[in-house]
Amino acid sequence: MSSRNNQNTISQGLDWTIIWLYAILVSIGILCIFMVEYRPDTNWFQSFLGGKTNYSKQLIFAGFCAIVAMFILLTDSKLFTAFANLLYGFGILLMLATFVLGKSINGSKSWIPIGGGFNLQPAEVCKIFTALALAKFLSRQETDFSKLKSQLLAGVIASLPAVLSIMQHELGLALVYSAFLVAMYREGLPAQILIFGSSFAILVIATLIVEPNTLALSLTAIAAFLIFLLRKQLKKTKGLLVLIIGIWLFCVGTQRFVVPYIFNNVLECYQSTRIYSMVGKEYDCTKNKKSEKKAGEKAARKPDDYNVRQSKIAIGSGGVTGKGFLKGTQTRGKYVPEQHTDFIFTSLGEAFGFIGCIAFLSIYLFLLFRIVKMAERQRSTFSRVYAYSVASIIFFHIAVNVSMTIGLFPIVGIPLPLISYGGSSLLTFTILIFILLRLDADRQMVLR
Amino acid sequence: MPVFNQNRGRVVQIIFASVFFVIVCQLINLQLFSAKYKQAAESNALFRKIIYPDRGIIFDRKQRAILENINSYDLVVVPAETKGVDTFSLCTLLNIDTVEYKRRMRDIIIKTGNVRTGVFEALLTPEMYAHLNENIYKFPGFDLSLRTVRSYPYSVAAHVLGYTAEVDTSFLRKHKDEGYQMGDYAGYTGLERYYEKVLMGQRGVKNYIRDNKSRIQGDYEKGMYDTAAVAGKNIHLSLDVGLQKMGEQLMANKVGSIVAIDPKTGGILCMVSAPTYDPNYLTGNQRKRHIAEMILDPRKPFNNRGLGTTYSPGSTFKTVVGIVGLTEGVITERTTVSCPGYFTGCGTGKPKCLDKGTFSFKEAVAHSDNTYFSTVYKRTLDQYKYGGVDSSLKIFNQYATSFGLGHKLGIDLPSEKKGNLPSSADYRKTYGNGWNSCTIISNAIGQGEVNTTLVQLANVMAIIANKGWYYTPHFVDSIEGGDENKMLEPFTVKHYTDQRIPDSIFDAVQDGMQAVVEYGTAVRSRIPGIVMCGKTGTVENYAKINGRSEKQQDHSFFGAFAPRDNPRIAIAVICENAGQGAWAAAPIASLLVEKYLRDSISGQERKEMLEEFKNKNLIPRLMRMQMAKMDSLKQIRINQLIQQQKMNKELNDSSDQEENSETDTKLTPSVPIKKQVPKKQITNTAAVLVNEDKKYKKYNR
Repeated sequence: MSSRNNQNTISQGLDWTIIWLYAILVSIGILCIFMVEYRPDTNWFQSFLGGKTNYSKQLIFAGFCAIVAMFILLTDSKLFTAFANLLYGFGILLMLATFVLGKSINGSKSWIPIGGGFNLQPAEVCKIFTALALAKFLSRQETDFSKLKSQLLAGVIASLPAVLSIMQHELGLALVYSAFLVAMYREGLPAQILIFGSSFAILVIATLIVEPNTLALSLTAIAAFLIFLLRKQLKKTKGLLVLIIGIWLFCVGTQRFVVPYIFNNVLECYQSTRIYSMVGKEYDCTKNKKSEKKAGEKAARKPDDYNVRQSKIAIGSGGVTGKGFLKGTQTRGKYVPEQHTDFIFTSLGEAFGFIGCIAFLSIYLFLLFRIVKMAERQRSTFSRVYAYSVASIIFFHIAVNVSMTIGLFPIVGIPLPLISYGGSSLLTFTILIFILLRLDADRQMVLR
Repeated sequence: MPVFNQNRGRVVQIIFASVFFVIVCQLINLQLFSAKYKQAAESNALFRKIIYPDRGIIFDRKQRAILENINSYDLVVVPAETKGVDTFSLCTLLNIDTVEYKRRMRDIIIKTGNVRTGVFEALLTPEMYAHLNENIYKFPGFDLSLRTVRSYPYSVAAHVLGYTAEVDTSFLRKHKDEGYQMGDYAGYTGLERYYEKVLMGQRGVKNYIRDNKSRIQGDYEKGMYDTAAVAGKNIHLSLDVGLQKMGEQLMANKVGSIVAIDPKTGGILCMVSAPTYDPNYLTGNQRKRHIAEMILDPRKPFNNRGLGTTYSPGSTFKTVVGIVGLTEGVITERTTVSCPGYFTGCGTGKPKCLDKGTFSFKEAVAHSDNTYFSTVYKRTLDQYKYGGVDSSLKIFNQYATSFGLGHKLGIDLPSEKKGNLPSSADYRKTYGNGWNSCTIISNAIGQGEVNTTLVQLANVMAIIANKGWYYTPHFVDSIEGGDENKMLEPFTVKHYTDQRIPDSIFDAVQDGMQAVVEYGTAVRSRIPGIVMCGKTGTVENYAKINGRSEKQQDHSFFGAFAPRDNPRIAIAVICENAGQGAWAAAPIASLLVEKYLRDSISGQERKEMLEEFKNKNLIPRLMRMQMAKMDSLKQIRINQLIQQQKMNKELNDSSDQEENSETDTKLTPSVPIKKQVPKKQITNTAAVLVNEDKKYKKYNR
């Protein structure tokens, strides 16, 4: 039977829409990098072939990724279920290896040099393995995801690489692992957890914005008001009062002690500053314990919001229709730092304006919806969980990256999927998507 | 099983969509409703370069360019690109040492940054440019940048033409909406300033894109928003360069001024103010030093004595007194007055007269008889019909005002003085009611409170030549391409003197003035073959020395016009502290009149006279003393500095001496300083030879 399948060519059952979307996005990415690096006085055709410039390198990466994609499509989808746990273990090992072999690039020791001037970021690749491992775990017959134990185990699988990432000072990459919550939610994680999570986020943001005492008072006022409203029910059920007071205590405690502790003791000074600057406040670095320790090595430079400001200027100056391809003054003047990687969206926003951004985001949204639709048509839980993982990882990257360039999110080093320059990132997303395509092509099979 | 939780797929999609929706909202906010980002982007990336038009050229009456533009080169450098420069050979070419090289590099980096162009050496001399142009490939990062500077090919008329200078904050405040900005040049004095609007032209703007380090990346929108510069308009003067040059030669080593006017048009033929300076001194790279030196000079070379200083007009004023007397009928041409040696009318024995005897009007003018004109003045003021000296003085001033005295003429140069015609109110302030015609009798001979500028005096001569009218003296005849700002309009209005004065009275005055030259006080200055009318003046003056008023050598005045029948030139000359009018001012005037009318000096005697006055040194004694004092002080200071430098060298021999050498190298005579204009040696004034081309110079001891 398998030999007959091979005769039917690998294109059997493939979702070509996603392949086309993938190709379009990679092409847009190379053009965006070209816009950033373009010099009017050089022969662009030559430099595209030359391999010296970043867009040329990205083209080479894309070619390499195409080969990898072919190999993935040629494999058997059973392979992924079989090797999921093994690969996960391998990924964790790689991440641990970085602590020994790691090379420091841009201040984070999360790269392993693999020769030829190339470096591999295990935390990046580990996303794939984690997605596979989570899918494998949830698709096990003995896993009952309505049980707390399974939920906690799934959480550990997803958060183990994240914890290792934080230890490598890669907060952005660690945040990405929270994307697996979406996949878990689809598989039955209680909605309360998400609601609780978002309420907690609101509380943290309120802590940053509002004066501590004012917030404490207003929290108390809300609690008092609730008690007043529910005074009749309270007489009936004493437990409710305990719950309200418990929540109140938790909120005030978080606001007074936990958040300041995290900002001053856990996060680096620059991270705290970025988060504060996003809500329009200034963070006093002298409060930061970590920067105190480092003071001897290097005076804590006061980071400003230059990146976000320039990024907003570039996007904002695009207007409705943009300045046109290669005509962006901010892009050509190199005003936005890291424009070919994390801030690639700015070149697009400046050159093609609002209309271009909407069109671009529509392609992404279409891709995401297509993956979600694909997920729902899977017969096996493994494929479905994996598909949701892919969708949510891509979604999380897009949301964080674009929000960061338009000033809605603090700056964390998260690339824009398939667009940003960088071999590791492009390869990761290629593998993620093409494994999904392989699984989808075999959706009639029930994989365990 | 798969159906379980299927509605949650929908929820996930909604979450995705809503986050995208939030992003789109922020994009709408940024891209559609925030104009400030567009402005911020422009101020980031748009570099507006102002294109300066060429300033207008100034021509003299014979279409010779006397103020034009020449190309000059600056040596510019981008410090970041100077790796591998042969510093030593560059320093040799520029005549600087490596310490100076390092210092300049450091200054440029501080001023303009490492990657932008800064000026390393401004306004290269032609030789330096030639050397550098051949070898510039050896010096990566260095380049030669063209700019135009003002040039005065005849090196004359510094006071008239003026100069341009970088605008300062007070200028910017005054000319707020005219588009000037820091670093621009604007006319600062002279015609350059008065006709700034005409000469400046219209600036253009070129838009460039620049990057985050302010490096130019290319044109913005292919030059769609650029505007072209419009060159300044050329202007044509009535000035005669030949006459001006000879005037300046004649006034070398003297202090004073010459103004010559074409009586028919009011066009100024020459205006010399001595001491003058080579206007090219203020364009080269040594400009600052030259300015500082001239400001300190006790002779005040920057002052235009033609219109910026007022003098007692002396006996030249007698012409006006005579005309008023004749018109008022207090005398006739045949009235005679005798002088026993002094004026008897007031009983004070003043003023004295030089020639005793009896004079008619003509003779009185010819011999400049003080008694005669004191009598005329006293009679004019004591006229019964006006009922008092107050109103009589008012009448007198009416006449004098119509001769252009006591107010600004409105000449087309900045900072004209108005002179003084004292009114009865002024006298009442000083004397109360206890004054009469005798109190102010000195005015009769131009020694009192009456003050005039030399232009006013020349204008009076033009009026007498014209018999009663004048055009406001001016320099500019025409502006190429039309007088859009109506700046020349005031010079087309014919002004008449008081209508009560008949032509016959001007004839009488002209008779007298002709006699002055024929056989009177200025007989030595007679020009064979030219009928010239003139009037000498010898003005007593005092200077305050150590708080005491001390009498100085008299100022020498002469006013004249020629030829009498068809006057083509009216001239006034003052030579400060040069003695009687006939000694210095009259011969100088006569030489200039001949030069203008005949284009050359004829006759052996006259040629000798020309040489004699060119070489005469008539610097006032007081100024000589001040200059000698300054020179000796300077000598002491320089000696001290050399000493100090020697000591510093010893002290710093082993250590880094960049900081100290900055001041030292500039003042050490051993470091040769090359520049465009030959500059006098500051250390040894006595050894400097006076050559004729160089007007701004020290006297001979």
